[in-house]
Amino acid sequence: MPAQVRVYRSRIRSAQTTKKITRAMELISASRIAKAQQRVAASLPYARAVTRAVSAVATYSNVDHVLTREAENPKRAAIVIFTSDRGLAGAFNSNVLRKSEELAELLRDEGKEVVSFLVGRKAVGYYRFRRREYIRDWVGGTDNPDAETAHEIADAVVEAFVQDTEQGGVDEIHIVYNRFVSMLTQTPEMLRLLPLEVVEGVDEPSDPKALPLYEFEPDDGSVLDELLPVYIESRIYAAMLESAASKHAATQRAMKAASDNADKLIREYTRLANNARQQEITQQISEIVGGADALSSS
Amino acid sequence: MADLTVNVVSADEQVWSGQASMVVARTKVGEIGILAGHQPLLGILSAGEVRITATDGGRITANAEDGFISVENDTVTIAARAASLV
Repeated sequence: MPAQVRVYRSRIRSAQTTKKITRAMELISASRIAKAQQRVAASLPYARAVTRAVSAVATYSNVDHVLTREAENPKRAAIVIFTSDRGLAGAFNSNVLRKSEELAELLRDEGKEVVSFLVGRKAVGYYRFRRREYIRDWVGGTDNPDAETAHEIADAVVEAFVQDTEQGGVDEIHIVYNRFVSMLTQTPEMLRLLPLEVVEGVDEPSDPKALPLYEFEPDDGSVLDELLPVYIESRIYAAMLESAASKHAATQRAMKAASDNADKLIREYTRLANNARQQEITQQISEIVGGADALSSS
Repeated sequence: MADLTVNVVSADEQVWSGQASMVVARTKVGEIGILAGHQPLLGILSAGEVRITATDGGRITANAEDGFISVENDTVTIAARAASLV
């Protein structure tokens, strides 16, 4: 087989094998999106219950809690970045990392030192490559987040928040994650986790005298003590679940684009190969005809 | 007598939901029983077994570690990171 045709054939084969892989990955993520979305939906009742409870305490009592207190002069802020463990998800990770950079820039402009907590291998890789410091990382579970990891992360950030700034504590905690808007859109989102802002869900009592008496067991202070970390944990868990669903959707889209691209390449190379083959034949015929002519005329 | 609407939820799923006539839970300060018409309440559960008497007479026992119970308008929500039926 002539050289040119052989080159095209091998390229076609290579594109075909790549396509098999990307197609498989596309199908896998497609099936995982559904599962991830179900988990997001399944976690909603809990998140709602926690939010309602927190806002009930916030509305019906006026306890001052360390987690809701604004630092007078915030010096250090922490960012928790939620990426995935694996790439091949289009702009998924770079989007969220870029957002975190923007946020860090903003915080530095406000005169705060910025420190990071990282979730997912991609964020860790990003920081390692740039030789940047980070406080702590969690890797390996981003595809299938569990409540235990959320608990660990929540513990770590609350601990950092409660600590004094002089001793390495932070005054603010922000989270950056990908929000699952739809199968086609996932937008990087940032949110200030601590100090907690006023939460919604319970109507403000219009007449303070008609305030229904909420009974707190044991008392409002300790209820808040227990509830706030739980609330933070549930927010973090929600971010992890959203991020996982977004990751699968992003992978699915990226892999679909890759498969489509492979299709296009295969079509193109097939055409080129056919062209080359045809040319080869034409040349051979004209050589034979020319040779015969030369022979007969001599 | 009116019924209570009870939801038992854990971090990743709704464990149980339904109508009940009574809920008994153990909070930090002691056991508490809730019937319809209870005043709004928020309590922290301690190592918590929660016993629910369903309207149809069935008894449900749930385990709700590290959770809390909230009562308002005859709706009881028991939420815990790890909750399960026993």
